[in-house]
Amino acid sequence: MTEERRTGPEEVRQTRTIAVGTIARVEGEGALRVTVKDGAVHDVELRIFEPPRFFEAFLVGRHYSEVPDIVARICGICPVAYQMSAVHAIEQIFGLRVEGALRDLRRLLYCGEWIESHALHVYMLQAPDFLGYDSGIAMAKDHPALVTRGLRLKKAGNAIMTLLGGRSVHPVSVKVGGFSRVPGRRELEALTTELLWARDAAADTIRWAATFEYPDFAPDYTYVALRHPDEYPFNEGRLETSNGLSVSVGEFEQHFTEHQVPYSNALQCTFQGMPYLVGPLARVNLNQDRLSPMVREVLADTGLSLPLRNPFHGIIARSVEMLYALEESLRLIQRYVPPPAPALAATVRSGTGTACTEAPRGILYHRYRVDDEGIVREAKIVPPTSQNQGRIEQDLRQFMPRLLNLSNEDASLACERVIRCYDPCISCATHFLRLEIERE
Amino acid sequence: MAVIRVIGIGNLFRGDDAVGLLAARRLRERLDSSVEILEAEGDGLALLDLMEGADQVMLIDAVKSGGHPGTTVRLDLSKESRWGRLVPCSTHAIGIAEAIDLARTLGRLPKQIILYGIEVDSLESGAALSEPVRGGLDSIVEQVLKEIEGIPCTKCI
Repeated sequence: MTEERRTGPEEVRQTRTIAVGTIARVEGEGALRVTVKDGAVHDVELRIFEPPRFFEAFLVGRHYSEVPDIVARICGICPVAYQMSAVHAIEQIFGLRVEGALRDLRRLLYCGEWIESHALHVYMLQAPDFLGYDSGIAMAKDHPALVTRGLRLKKAGNAIMTLLGGRSVHPVSVKVGGFSRVPGRRELEALTTELLWARDAAADTIRWAATFEYPDFAPDYTYVALRHPDEYPFNEGRLETSNGLSVSVGEFEQHFTEHQVPYSNALQCTFQGMPYLVGPLARVNLNQDRLSPMVREVLADTGLSLPLRNPFHGIIARSVEMLYALEESLRLIQRYVPPPAPALAATVRSGTGTACTEAPRGILYHRYRVDDEGIVREAKIVPPTSQNQGRIEQDLRQFMPRLLNLSNEDASLACERVIRCYDPCISCATHFLRLEIERE
Repeated sequence: MAVIRVIGIGNLFRGDDAVGLLAARRLRERLDSSVEILEAEGDGLALLDLMEGADQVMLIDAVKSGGHPGTTVRLDLSKESRWGRLVPCSTHAIGIAEAIDLARTLGRLPKQIILYGIEVDSLESGAALSEPVRGGLDSIVEQVLKEIEGIPCTKCI
């Protein structure tokens, strides 16, 4: 038995550029181990470092009002998702229902995060795979206009987040019951010109991504996403699966169960004992009738049709959602009339509340128990990446056989490309992966 | 008037990785509003937007280069494009080094950009700043203040 290691850090030293997640790699925050036995894939283990576990404990004993600021730090890319799941769960305990303009502002804030996160992944993380570059920087040398377009799209999303407050250092911030302050009409309208540009750029992004060459790969997925009676889902809806389940968010833990795997400190989540898929691909497929006419039109022009079954089409799904989120932002801004108060008054009461919202990477479930003084006594967070982890492994198992004749290095790169389709948090590193192939 | 901007980078909940943010907060207390002080958490690519419109940028971040925790480094990124053994810590999403390299490739780097790095030790979730890094924080704050004093003040001409 020989064990071979191909690791990112060596490559980093050779090229002398410091890749993202070098520290992460050293700490083993993202690693893949593949065992090949008698020329066939025997086992696939993906190890992910998962910060929410620490935060679950960290939140206990804190006042409910501190929760939005704390959870905003769990993920650098999706602070809004964590805030949204948290405030909705706590509002459920207090019997608060945020509606009207405040609800619209939250939806708008979430649109901003989707635009920013999707633009980052489409342009900087996944497009280089299709255009044959090893990083967004390498791609920028040959395609500065494309990368600039991606960065400007990302900035358009960020402008919404900055205005509505994704982080506590900002004067405006999310709180239980609403916001600490709400913008005036003019502040929101000032975004319109750039968002109109971004909307057209997002449409162009779909057309561009449709020209890529995609590997022929279509695993049999069970999709899971929120479904709302008349909207594309962000903050509300029932949990629906592609095989017919439709349950309320409160029933999440009865159907989706987390379990420990020995090789990773991330818990894996299964549905009826099987891995499932959350995120843009699942969302567009389960909510295709909630997409806009413009999205449908652009898609039809490209010859692509829903449902999308190839995980590599995640880049299409993200581009589609980026366009949708931009159209939705413009619509929400246009109808905005500032609410009478920035937040509903909250009356503390003890109890347990749950919420599930659609983070850029898929459903994010939170459950909190607070006592009658508003102190958090229990917190549970199920992030999208832990839900997709089992599915990523299954896909790698299915994809690996076609890679067995490649060198470890090439196989590693091909595996990274598969993993990046899911935009797991660890994919923030363009070369995050440490692949170990054990050949017996 | 030249726009001078200090950007502290880090993650408050990852031990020594908080040091860049803490440095920015201390500098905010000691500098008047003619110097802009920003804090950057999370996504490293956001740095591109945060640097926009500034003539001189001073980045403060945790680094790992194999040196003793708490030691500080100063790297003039407007002159030096090689990172060598210096690794700005990336519990942030996309690394600072990558964001800088991208800005350079796209011609979006400010005229002057200096990285102040503090060698860190533990990046453990929830840990407090380690003792040696606390010393590094004191030292880096003074260095940045000195550097700012040395910048020719166009207002005074």
